[in-house]
Amino acid sequence: MSALLLRDLRLAVRAGGGFGLAAAFFLALVTLVAFGTGPEGGLLGRIAPGILWVGALLSCLLSLDRIFALDWEDGALDLLATSPLPLEGVAAVKALAHWLTTGLPLVAAAPLFGLLLHLPGPAHAWLVLSLLAGTPALSAIGAFGAALTVGLRRGGLLLSLLVLPLYIPTLVFGTETVRRAAEGAAPATPFLLLAGITLGAVAVLPFATAAALRAALR
Amino acid sequence: MTAPDRTEPALAVAGLAVARGGIVILRGVSFAVARGEAVVLRGPNGIGKTSLLRTIAGLAPPAAGTIAAPADGFAYAGHLDGMKGTLTVAENLTLWARVFRAGGIAPALQAMNLDALARRPAASLSAGQRRRLGLARLLVTGRPVWLLDEPTVSLDEASVALFAAVLARHLAQGGAALAASHADLGLPGLRTIDLTPHRATAAAAAADGRDAGEFG
Repeated sequence: MSALLLRDLRLAVRAGGGFGLAAAFFLALVTLVAFGTGPEGGLLGRIAPGILWVGALLSCLLSLDRIFALDWEDGALDLLATSPLPLEGVAAVKALAHWLTTGLPLVAAAPLFGLLLHLPGPAHAWLVLSLLAGTPALSAIGAFGAALTVGLRRGGLLLSLLVLPLYIPTLVFGTETVRRAAEGAAPATPFLLLAGITLGAVAVLPFATAAALRAALR
Repeated sequence: MTAPDRTEPALAVAGLAVARGGIVILRGVSFAVARGEAVVLRGPNGIGKTSLLRTIAGLAPPAAGTIAAPADGFAYAGHLDGMKGTLTVAENLTLWARVFRAGGIAPALQAMNLDALARRPAASLSAGQRRRLGLARLLVTGRPVWLLDEPTVSLDEASVALFAAVLARHLAQGGAALAASHADLGLPGLRTIDLTPHRATAAAAAADGRDAGEFG
């Protein structure tokens, strides 16, 4: 398992692996929104929680189709499926590697993006916390979607359509956490629900992902 | 691996039916592969050699019949090698050695004459060198039964001989192999199984008609 994780991380940081692309996309999106809505700080600060979370969702979506597609194309998925590793473990490790290369950089860069969007000061800590608690669910759900579409040519768009509705609960509670923090209300309740969604997704979805992969490999 | 025990087969298939895309293409396939034996599957393109190997490897469920083999017995090597171009030869092999927990990569590199290439990225290898890397992976799995799909494609004569020696050593150690191949594997006296009589009938009639048209 650790060997597979190490390989995926290594592939991500080597040429063409796409490490950091999600954070760069996030930065571009946030900058565009700031330009698009104009220089009024109050408005920007009000919509910042929503923009930041939608940005995180879209950045995450960018690299989803690579989770299994590359291993499918070069036959590595066949070899992993016939190896001693349980396919559920492979699915979990792949989702974890995706989160480490996509979600974690977003979490680290989030305070800077919050600053760009005029997010009120006290909300920054909750922005980081909510992304830290919420983005693992994005990777787990995304890996499931990627497994469902793995054999399809140009499955990327279908993958987005499948996965985005499943991202809604995470988006709702993630945004609500940051919004409440920004307005000085107590953000604990939506945050706990957000963490609950992540724990549920991480616990259950690797099994669904493995089942989808088995169906695709037939 | 322990000393060869030739009484119990390494792989026994009985009444196996194989499906591809939901359509049964092979029916009533029964054979056994003894330890220390390599068997070659033959048959025209599209008869289902690859599907049969994938079914035996456990990637697809059999439509009927049974497959008897020791648990965790198979090492499957398909058309594709599953090697990552941006990783070096040694890094690629190390992954599989660690996944299968079966020892180091040095003997495998040496056996397939990859020592000089160990630090090269796999993307810079030629097709034949890549194939050698794919076959070296079999050695790091430590599994007794090799399922090989056209193992010698794009190998030159020297590499075919190299692989034949590796395969002979694997068989001598009590291993077994089932290979789908149109080419000569370089080992004399291998038993061959022709799959043509096992073609599933309904599809076969149509396919035969088409084949006759194509070749006629």
